[in-house]
Amino acid sequence: MKLTLKIWRQKNAKNKGKIVEYPIDGISPDMSFLEMLDVLNQKLITEGEEPVAFDHDCREGICGSCSLYINGEAHGPDRRVTTCQLHMRKFKDGDTIFIEPFRANAFPVIKDLIVDRSAFDRIQHAGGFISVNTSGNTQDGNAIPISKHAADEAMDAATCIGCGACVASCKNSSAMLFVGAKVSQYALLPQGQVEATDRVQNMVAQMDLEGFGNCTNTGACEVECPKGISLENIARMNRELIKANLKG
Amino acid sequence: MALDSKIPKGPLADKWTSHKNSIDLVNPANKRNIDVIVVGTGLAGGSAAATLAELGYNVKAFCFQDSPRRAHSIAAQGGINAAKNYQGDGDSTYRLFYDTVKGGDYRSREANVYRLAEVSTNIIDQCVAQGVPFARDYGGLLDNRSFGGVLVSRTFYAKGQTGQQLLLGAYSAMNRQIGRGKIKMYNRHEMLDVVVVDGKARGIITRNLVTGEIERHSGHAVVLGSGGYGNVFYLSTNAMGSNVTAAWKAHKRGAYFANPCYTQIHPTCIPVSGDHQSKLTLMSESLRNDGRIWVPKKLEDAKAIQNKTLKPTAIAEEDRDYFLERRYPAFGNLVPRDVASRAAKERCDAGFGVNATGEAVFLDFASAIIRYGKEQAHVKGLDENNDDLVQSLGKEIVKSKYGNLFQMYEKIVDENPYETPMMIYPAVHYTMGGVWVDYNLQTTVPGLYAIGEANFSDHGANRLGASALMQGLADGYFVLPYTIGNYLSNDIRTGPISTETKEFEEAEKNVRQQIDQFINNKGSKPVDYFHKRLGKIMWNKCGMARNEKDLKEAIEEISALRKEFYKEVLVPGDADEFNEELAKAGRVADFLELGELFAKDALVREESAGGHFREEYQTADGEAQRRKEFQFVSAWEYKGEPKDAQLHKEELVYENIEVKERSYK
Amino acid sequence: MSGFLKSSIGRKIAMAISAFFLMVFILQHFAINILSVFNPDAFNEVSHFMGTNPLVQFVLQPVLIFGVVFHFLMGFVLEFKNRASRRVSYAVNNGNANSTWMSRNMIYSGGFILVFLVIHFIDFWIPELNIKYVTGDTSGLLADGSDYRYFEELQHKFVPLWRVILYCVGFIFLSLHLLHGFNSAFQSVGGNNKYTNSLKGFGKAYAVLIPLGFIVIALFHFFNNSH
Repeated sequence: MKLTLKIWRQKNAKNKGKIVEYPIDGISPDMSFLEMLDVLNQKLITEGEEPVAFDHDCREGICGSCSLYINGEAHGPDRRVTTCQLHMRKFKDGDTIFIEPFRANAFPVIKDLIVDRSAFDRIQHAGGFISVNTSGNTQDGNAIPISKHAADEAMDAATCIGCGACVASCKNSSAMLFVGAKVSQYALLPQGQVEATDRVQNMVAQMDLEGFGNCTNTGACEVECPKGISLENIARMNRELIKANLKG
Repeated sequence: MALDSKIPKGPLADKWTSHKNSIDLVNPANKRNIDVIVVGTGLAGGSAAATLAELGYNVKAFCFQDSPRRAHSIAAQGGINAAKNYQGDGDSTYRLFYDTVKGGDYRSREANVYRLAEVSTNIIDQCVAQGVPFARDYGGLLDNRSFGGVLVSRTFYAKGQTGQQLLLGAYSAMNRQIGRGKIKMYNRHEMLDVVVVDGKARGIITRNLVTGEIERHSGHAVVLGSGGYGNVFYLSTNAMGSNVTAAWKAHKRGAYFANPCYTQIHPTCIPVSGDHQSKLTLMSESLRNDGRIWVPKKLEDAKAIQNKTLKPTAIAEEDRDYFLERRYPAFGNLVPRDVASRAAKERCDAGFGVNATGEAVFLDFASAIIRYGKEQAHVKGLDENNDDLVQSLGKEIVKSKYGNLFQMYEKIVDENPYETPMMIYPAVHYTMGGVWVDYNLQTTVPGLYAIGEANFSDHGANRLGASALMQGLADGYFVLPYTIGNYLSNDIRTGPISTETKEFEEAEKNVRQQIDQFINNKGSKPVDYFHKRLGKIMWNKCGMARNEKDLKEAIEEISALRKEFYKEVLVPGDADEFNEELAKAGRVADFLELGELFAKDALVREESAGGHFREEYQTADGEAQRRKEFQFVSAWEYKGEPKDAQLHKEELVYENIEVKERSYK
Repeated sequence: MSGFLKSSIGRKIAMAISAFFLMVFILQHFAINILSVFNPDAFNEVSHFMGTNPLVQFVLQPVLIFGVVFHFLMGFVLEFKNRASRRVSYAVNNGNANSTWMSRNMIYSGGFILVFLVIHFIDFWIPELNIKYVTGDTSGLLADGSDYRYFEELQHKFVPLWRVILYCVGFIFLSLHLLHGFNSAFQSVGGNNKYTNSLKGFGKAYAVLIPLGFIVIALFHFFNNSH
């Protein structure tokens, strides 16, 4: 396959960036999108140019490192996959592909296509946990039966990989799907009830502090989420916040 | 230096309890004055950092990823073992201990493994309390599945993402401590050296991967939870960034490196599709619960399939060779990983491989679909002889069990595994070898600890499925935070460790020198070029089957490649910026040394055991042949060049288990 | 409560609550207007009641005004903030791949509705206030005293073509606004459950039928009287 890549290049956080065009040839449809970028980078390096920097690690769709806004969509045109699992067979010979970083003020660009998503970490520091010491003296795992339904729903919320596609896709750069998923996981389990009030209030407060936009329920996040996290989680977080505020 | 494993005296079952009771404690006020450095934030590092902080120590945690949540533990799919015996199928601490020692081909340390089995149950309780959403049955109780190499159901799981959920659990425990200020988290930092002061590990040198800054960090102890070194093979199921650098630098500072040749080759990975391949994708071992592995019986059928002139579904049942069921009737498709991998390789080497490269075997769900379909039809009172109905009901069940894995396969291979059998081939997955540690998880450098995959201690020559998660969390949550107290109790009067000493200076200078060397080298070939070549040597000569001639060649070739690397490597960009190629160069440089030691270790070990298979040492029917005289741990001391490394032996004593031939027939 | 209104979710819930109120208002407004098609007398009766009842005039009407103003102001504030949260925009953004045009352009549909409302206020409401509270005529009768004035005024308003067109376009935008807004409001207050799918259907019906009804009323009077 022969392609024209239009890639965002930015030296570092302080510099202004721009789109640079790279023609590329000899791409196999069996390559993953990142392997296609590997080919480009090997070429750039041997030609004495700087390779394109992008985040990646596990390359099996679970670590959440890879990002990329490909032809106007987070993780590209395929559904339920991360960029590392996107394969070139989804593109046609001769295509022009725009590759940009995930954009949001809360995700500043570090270099080229790499952004700083530590805002997500800070939201988790504010309450994304259950306060239990790792003493090993907790009660038996089967002491509190949890309905299969609740456990499965909590699991569905917990599959979030923290990649930030929701923020990138949202026209408002809102992080509600990410935060909603974490709040939901704990809200659905009995273990999470004790701290439920503080948790949702603290996490939402931190989310706002980080400069994410407001949710306007466009649903773009749900569609682009590589793990299919449901909008229901946002509704649940809204409910949790209402409950928390009524309790005071 | 003689190796002292410091195994406590007394009966096996009491060792850990009595040891814990005799460990010196550090009082809470003093803990506040003690700093501990944790490198790596996977299951082991993350859980250790969280627990140490809970205990009151000041923890500095480092990871090269942009967040602790991205450590590669996250990719573990199948599950975590624990001797809970919730299924009432006769499981017990002893049985888990026994299975693990046997699965490790009698090359692991009894006392460590028993402790692991003992604390395994705590892990489940702990994780449930943290909100890890383990799978549950309709009664609301925890569900289990079975895994290779054992005859009980003791594996707890969270869909096909158990590693992710456990890691997020450990990450949440870390988050709580980061929020409280007890853990200072350094993301996108790579450890490039250990600093040893007066014979004790007192700090590390790191590079900030964003700014390129070289930093000195001091602590009273250093804990390595930096994972395994499978990427020495270039292609593996490890993450792209997984590396040996932290462990290797520790080795160069005096920590012995144990059993480097013990590598796990996982049988169920998606086969290599071409030269562009950057990594391999694992399909959970749980697939072997229902999938049947086969190749054609007739060579002409295999050829036809390789040329794509014949469809696998067109091969009649009697022309299929279910080679695992044939060779190992007792365990069938659920034999341990090393056995399954080798059997697949044997068939492919004989020409029966089923993809274009001849390096793949089938994993077939057709009979599982029919079995489940009939079962469902029966339950629902429908016609069990209606093939279409049975097919669709069966596919539903298979989908509910393995849907996400099937989807992943389809995305990568572009074939529908519900209609045609999957193709799988073994790939490097885990390294049982690692930094040598004693019972307290301390390396041969006082104050330097290694936990999780980074150490060597619990899995012997082969790891059983769902045991890596167990070991990582056991080390981090329940073992290291206690055993480290013994060492730190001597440090309560030490006060803060200064980074303005000649040791730090020297270590920093070394690090800077290497970086400058790479940047200024201006060779002709990118780092990956060398990494790929190293991988080819490793896979062809130190892979699933090894022999003396190949290993000797490998040592020479790796040594030559290393020289070429330093001469010809091309690292673009500068040192004081984000520069992935520079980071990769440092990692590959260490792999190029480790690879040679790996081959040397494999050469010295003149027996077959677990993941280490020497062609010269096999039984008449092709099984691994252990030799009594090799019942030891090889611990290598750094002496300059890898080929000069000096071997120390830790004899393995089995008092509570009879060393038998490992049979799964 | 003020803290709640500072949080992003609090604001979104406030938007939803004001939206519910406005949707109920539109429904009752429609219910009264449609009477003008079937029964002019009833229309006159109800209009007079609404126009003179002190509870409606001095309690509900201020609440309505507050609701309208709040919904618009908050909408603009949020939009402004949301736009500011992505300083560098994408070179290529394929919004249609993951969301509806309506959901992404609430500010434009809302903005046009605001323009329409301003004209509507000047056109209907200010003259109404003028008659009742400046001139002091609360009788609701025509100048000759023969009947209530409301129906005739209504007919009169729909004679000029420009006003009918404005009216129709205004309601098309209202429909677009509601097509996203109706269900969005439920999602905002946390309503996402097994009823959501049925509610979505109902929301679509509401978003299309009510504005369509208003348009039908306008066209009905336009064609019945002037031509």
